[in-house]
Amino acid sequence: MCVPAILFFLVFAYLPMPGAYIAFTNFQYNKGIFASPFVGLKNFQFLFISGQLGLLLKNTVLYNLAFIILGNVLQLAFAIMLNEVASKGYKKTAQSIMFLPYFISDVLVSLLVYNLINYDFGFISHLVRSLGGDMPKVYQNANAWPFIIVLVHLWKSTGYGTVVYFAAITGMDSSMMEAAQIDGANAWQRIRYITLPTLKPTVIILFLFAIGGILKGNFGLFYNLVGNNSMLFKTTDIIETYVYRSMMNSFNFSQSSAVGLFQSVVGFFIVLGANAFVKHLDPDYALF
Amino acid sequence: MHTTHIRKDKSLIVINVITYILVTIFCVMCILPFWMIIASSFSTEDAIRRTGFTLWPVETSTYSYELLFRSPDQMIGAYVVTIGLTLVGTLVGLFLVAMTGYALQRRDFPYRNKIMFYIYFTSLFSAGLVPFYLLIVQYLNLRDSYLAILLPLLMSPWLIVLMKNFVKAIPHEITESGKIDGAGDFTIFVKLILPNLKPALATIGLFLALSYWNEWYYSSLFLTTKVEYRPLQYHLYNVINKVASLKNSVAGSNVVITDLPGETLKMATAVIATGPIILLYPFVQKYFVAGLTVGAVKG
Repeated sequence: MCVPAILFFLVFAYLPMPGAYIAFTNFQYNKGIFASPFVGLKNFQFLFISGQLGLLLKNTVLYNLAFIILGNVLQLAFAIMLNEVASKGYKKTAQSIMFLPYFISDVLVSLLVYNLINYDFGFISHLVRSLGGDMPKVYQNANAWPFIIVLVHLWKSTGYGTVVYFAAITGMDSSMMEAAQIDGANAWQRIRYITLPTLKPTVIILFLFAIGGILKGNFGLFYNLVGNNSMLFKTTDIIETYVYRSMMNSFNFSQSSAVGLFQSVVGFFIVLGANAFVKHLDPDYALF
Repeated sequence: MHTTHIRKDKSLIVINVITYILVTIFCVMCILPFWMIIASSFSTEDAIRRTGFTLWPVETSTYSYELLFRSPDQMIGAYVVTIGLTLVGTLVGLFLVAMTGYALQRRDFPYRNKIMFYIYFTSLFSAGLVPFYLLIVQYLNLRDSYLAILLPLLMSPWLIVLMKNFVKAIPHEITESGKIDGAGDFTIFVKLILPNLKPALATIGLFLALSYWNEWYYSSLFLTTKVEYRPLQYHLYNVINKVASLKNSVAGSNVVITDLPGETLKMATAVIATGPIILLYPFVQKYFVAGLTVGAVKG
């Protein structure tokens, strides 16, 4: 019964792997991957020297760190706070509403953002103007985008994460909580000494998953928000948008493959490293 | 006793007040943008250019919807493609994921750990986009085929792991009893296991349906030239990004369009492309949350 899955991953995940060889060639489409001339590490060399790899790496890692740290803090805070609220109706309604952005496509997200901040008739631009200020032309200003992208990412993912953490809180042993209450612990103390420690395994597992993806981006979000607006690349280009663009627009298969391979290999070792580190601290929490 | 009681109440009140304020603000932020899209889709282009996007249309108009419905071919085509992909992809994917998850947790299946690692490894290391693209386009020859979208989204290591955890909760005795009655593995799976998997199927089915409904990425990679009808989100993507394709979508409507209502037309397209999933949302999100709860508890 595993045969379909084995075949599926063979075709869509393992078959392309030898194709990563393309990163070491000067790829010619009509010759195919393995008949194209071998050029060794030239593609990597070029990317390093031109500084592109450095910029992509910096953007990708910094965005992901912001997503992971801010995202988890926000999700944990919301989940814990909701848990302390007595009203069931409010809890349910809040969860449903917060979950809503997770359901929509990145294409629509980009339209929502455009609606809010475009210079000519965006909602916020207009609001600022009616208050007598002047809104900067955001779509020409690279420095504004780290904030925008992080905010939009948090907007989209907080509800989902909150529900996951909230589920973990609901599933925990309530007798400890009652004992603490009888002992006279106040809400802060209960959160500090009971809720947070019980959430530790969930946080660590999600953190490990997230660290593994630190060189991967949220391609859909970035590409839809920024698109081919080269004025913003300095602060918005991540590994995946670069690979996609240079493959689809300039057909630069060898170099984009080199970036992709770099991403996979480094990402792989980061997961191994993070997992080994967690295993060293406490074997129970390790992924494998 | 009296003082501790009061102190406990105080801290709870503080937390409650903070929660109500912050969570309510966040909830408003979650709804407002959707509201604004709907409001502006019913506005006149003129009013938007004058006053910007507002929470309530300054001048109400259904003109952009009329334009869309005057030549609805593209929209209907996009709907058919997306609904078809979502239905087929979700059902087939669900069946395959469930089957794999079931097999991989059977204790009497000797290779289960090896196969699990074989699957899990693909989430640790991948060849990257370029070799994948060449596989689909050059070797499988699936450019401009809906299969290029349907197939890659059928399964993922994450969904299989999630499913495996769900199946684990079903008592092993069910499989045993089936075997004693002489049922084959496949019969056991379909007749005994699947009916017990409803919350799991709902959760994973929703993940799958969502990924098919919101699909634009593989479309943008592989449906670049020939295919006439594009999935909804890719159609929306084109409407938003390319004025040319915007004009095409109303071409043939025999109206002389000197000043196409670009902004409101984008919004109307967005409303129509998103509509069903938002309407479905209140019904399905209950299962989604319940499913995630079960999954998280088991870890």
